Amino acid sequence: MAIEVNGKTYETDEEGYLANLNDWEPEVATAMAKEDGTELSESHWEVINFLREYYEEYQIAPAVRVLTKAIGKKLGKDKGNSKYLYELFPYGPAKQACKYAGLPKPTGCV
Amino acid sequence: MENEGGIKKFMYVNRKAPYGTIYALESLEVVLIGAAFDQDVSLAFLDDGVYQLAKGQDTKGIGMKNFSPIYKVLGDYDINKLYVEKESLEARGLTLDDLQEIMYEDEDDDWEEKPSIRVVSAAELRDLMDEQDIVLSF
Repeated sequence: MAIEVNGKTYETDEEGYLANLNDWEPEVATAMAKEDGTELSESHWEVINFLREYYEEYQIAPAVRVLTKAIGKKLGKDKGNSKYLYELFPYGPAKQACKYAGLPKPTGCV
Repeated sequence: MENEGGIKKFMYVNRKAPYGTIYALESLEVVLIGAAFDQDVSLAFLDDGVYQLAKGQDTKGIGMKNFSPIYKVLGDYDINKLYVEKESLEARGLTLDDLQEIMYEDEDDDWEEKPSIRVVSAAELRDLMDEQDIVLSF
């Protein structure tokens, strides 16, 4: 599969996750979100950028409870909770945000 | 041994070098997936498995992903018992200083950071294995 953004084609897996992490550009996230009917706000970007940094450091897309805890630590308690994250990413904060961030699907997600 | 509320003691035993075979990475993936089930999990590293925790791994030359940073997040998955066999370290001329620092936050002790790696003798490791409900070898 593939996703087309501004005339450029990006290879994805069968669930729409980018095949190559290094292909990622912000426009890819915007396009993926648009397909899901979401417009990315500052708050979305905060999580997406956090995930990219997290992956850079630890080489893993975190499970949702780990992500929630880590966000709380980095961005504050008001953001490190399921309610806040699910409002931003209703398809599941780990799954959906990782996808927009160009990361693989979190380990352990089915 | 008696189980409380269906919690079992799982030990994942790692005996192979991190690269060259898929065992080390597969073991780590199973550990991370299994972490969702709230079991009592520990990891054991012996034989060439001790190299999985070695500091400063660089996989550029072999074109494989260096997955060693993942061990650092095990604490966030509530996995904080990483037993390393002393004899295996010694046989390879390694000490605790050659392994990466892996910490966890102890929620029963005001979230104090503590090391997850514990060096144990073969005899101690044998006793630990004996306590387990399930031992999975990789």
